[in-house]
Amino acid sequence: MTDTKQTTDPLVEMRDIHISFGGVKAVDGVSIDLYPGEVVGVLGHNGAGKSTLIKILSGAYKADSGQIVVDGKEAKIETARDARDNNIETIYQNLALADNLDAAQNLFLGREITDKFGFLDDAAMEHKAREVLHRLNPNFKKFTSPVSALSGGQRQSVAIARALLFEARVLIMDEPCAALGVHETKMVGELIDQLKRDGLGILLISHDLHDVFDLSDRLHVMKNGKLVGSVRTEDVTHDDVLGMIILGKMPEHLLHLAGPGATNAPDAQSAANNS
Amino acid sequence: MSRLLSKMEVDRRLVGLAVVLLIIWVGFDIASGGRFITPRNIFNLSVQTASVAVMACGMVLIIVTRHIDLSVGAVLGVLAMIMGVVQTDFLPQFFDYNHPLTWVLTLAIGIAVGAMIGGIQGVAVGYLGVPAFIVTLGGLLVWRGAAWWVTQGRTVAPLDQNFILLGGGIEGTIGATWSWIVALLATLAIIYAAIMERRRRLSFEFPVKPIWAEYTNTIIKAGLVLVVIATLNAYHLPTRAAERLLENKGIPVTPENLEISHGIPIPLLIVALVAIVLTIVVKRTRFGRYVFAIGGNPQAAELAGINVKRMTVAVFALMGVLCAISAAISSARLQSAGNDLGTLDELRVIAAVVIGGTSLAGGLGTIYGALIGALVMQSLQSGMALLGVDTSLQSIVIGLVLVLAVFSDKYFHRRYSDPSA
Repeated sequence: MTDTKQTTDPLVEMRDIHISFGGVKAVDGVSIDLYPGEVVGVLGHNGAGKSTLIKILSGAYKADSGQIVVDGKEAKIETARDARDNNIETIYQNLALADNLDAAQNLFLGREITDKFGFLDDAAMEHKAREVLHRLNPNFKKFTSPVSALSGGQRQSVAIARALLFEARVLIMDEPCAALGVHETKMVGELIDQLKRDGLGILLISHDLHDVFDLSDRLHVMKNGKLVGSVRTEDVTHDDVLGMIILGKMPEHLLHLAGPGATNAPDAQSAANNS
Repeated sequence: MSRLLSKMEVDRRLVGLAVVLLIIWVGFDIASGGRFITPRNIFNLSVQTASVAVMACGMVLIIVTRHIDLSVGAVLGVLAMIMGVVQTDFLPQFFDYNHPLTWVLTLAIGIAVGAMIGGIQGVAVGYLGVPAFIVTLGGLLVWRGAAWWVTQGRTVAPLDQNFILLGGGIEGTIGATWSWIVALLATLAIIYAAIMERRRRLSFEFPVKPIWAEYTNTIIKAGLVLVVIATLNAYHLPTRAAERLLENKGIPVTPENLEISHGIPIPLLIVALVAIVLTIVVKRTRFGRYVFAIGGNPQAAELAGINVKRMTVAVFALMGVLCAISAAISSARLQSAGNDLGTLDELRVIAAVVIGGTSLAGGLGTIYGALIGALVMQSLQSGMALLGVDTSLQSIVIGLVLVLAVFSDKYFHRRYSDPSA
């Protein structure tokens, strides 16, 4: 289904990213890409390096080496603000909301609307918040209570609305369904479909295959800081992907599908042996 | 009742505090045979509360950002000494004694040094990562020691004639006429703010309070201001002081002329100004919003692009500035600066803030709550002094009240707040 899209430029590419913490190579030469209107899962066990990789893209960490290319141009992403300037928004696992503030205050945190005297314009912010949240979740009513009083799904709506409000083109979601019940997980799934139709590129980070398999168009699988392989979801089964996550190897019958940068692809391995 | 309050959008905690304050006042008034709720006592109470109240406003922001400042009493001490020396030894080298510029420059220097002291502590907390408890515990010792060093322990007196007006006293008030003008302006401001807020919400078609609730809120607020100011105006100067004042101005001394009102004491005016400015900062500026965001979730604040370290320095520096203002008020009230000034004030300030509903876990707190908290503490102390209760028993009672206040706040909060919270 993505054949037509592959001809367009990727929204974002990470090329040969390296980062280590005190001698431990957390991410070791990984390259991934993401196209408009595409949902890509990044999978791996805890400690596989997927969260570290994504934090480099969202500006929380700075890579030791490697390139980040946004819209075909190399981008310098060293802080959360840089990421945002490149229209990359991240929704963290803990949702990164200030529990004591209300929905509108959270939506605009760090980018408040002010009046001509430089004072906060809360009414204008609430107005905009109502607009955006209504689009995402028509049942959302609690605009004036602190977000600690909201359900998991409602909090997820606030977090996603926050990204949309600032015209995100790349949305990174860390464990999007981790804190949610069945109904709310379904709601988030619908949200993701809707965002995809709007042409956003979405990266889903998860250690749980089932969370992302049905939502994703492609999967990047990582283990021990390296990319095991990139596959299209339509080409693989749950078991294939589980094998990749656990064994860190591309299944034999899929070797021909291994994307560029996959460390266990035959050509990469022979290259490594030769050096 | 509770539905009525929520319709009026009144902070339930505020109502609870006001009720506690009322019980304390009425209780002491009955116990003392009607000597507590008098213009004279209310006037004195407002002057005595001022120094702690000003610092409490800043402490709200410190505690909301999940920090604590144990050094405020000591910082007050050292700043009072510095301002004492500046106005009695340093500035008189350039101006005459009691020159009108002296108090302005003295206060400006005090505020600058206060901001610096607070800023240094803020850097240690924010950038060096030392817990605020430790930094300011060290600060408590350092600045108290420094207060002694300023004059090798000598008490500085007498202070500048204009400077001591900041502490209240017979001359340190604005008189009846100006007090009524302040009352009028305050009332107009309250009405204007209510109308503007409602109009703004209506223009976006947001739900608004029922109109009767708006009227009740506004009338209560404006009524309180008017009652307080009328009370302060009802407190007349003692006959001899009034006689001296009239003679100085060359006005004939007659029984009618002798009825001179105190009006609003200058320290109370300072408290009001600080509280209004900080309330606006908290509610209507990015700075205030970030303070609360940091208190609610420091990681979220950081990820939203807020410079948490710089904010920490700013909040501590602001605390230092308020310590300078409090130092001016309390040294001016005593008309001298001694190096033990402000001893144990850190505990009074923190107690006031906590009684006022600020959560030590951070993220929650109000300026007006801290003001009422300070008033509750001072009322207890003054009331017991009025009844002739021992100082030792006074501290036992105040200590118990503090613990009880926090307990009841937690208890009621658990019972009556949103169950999902």
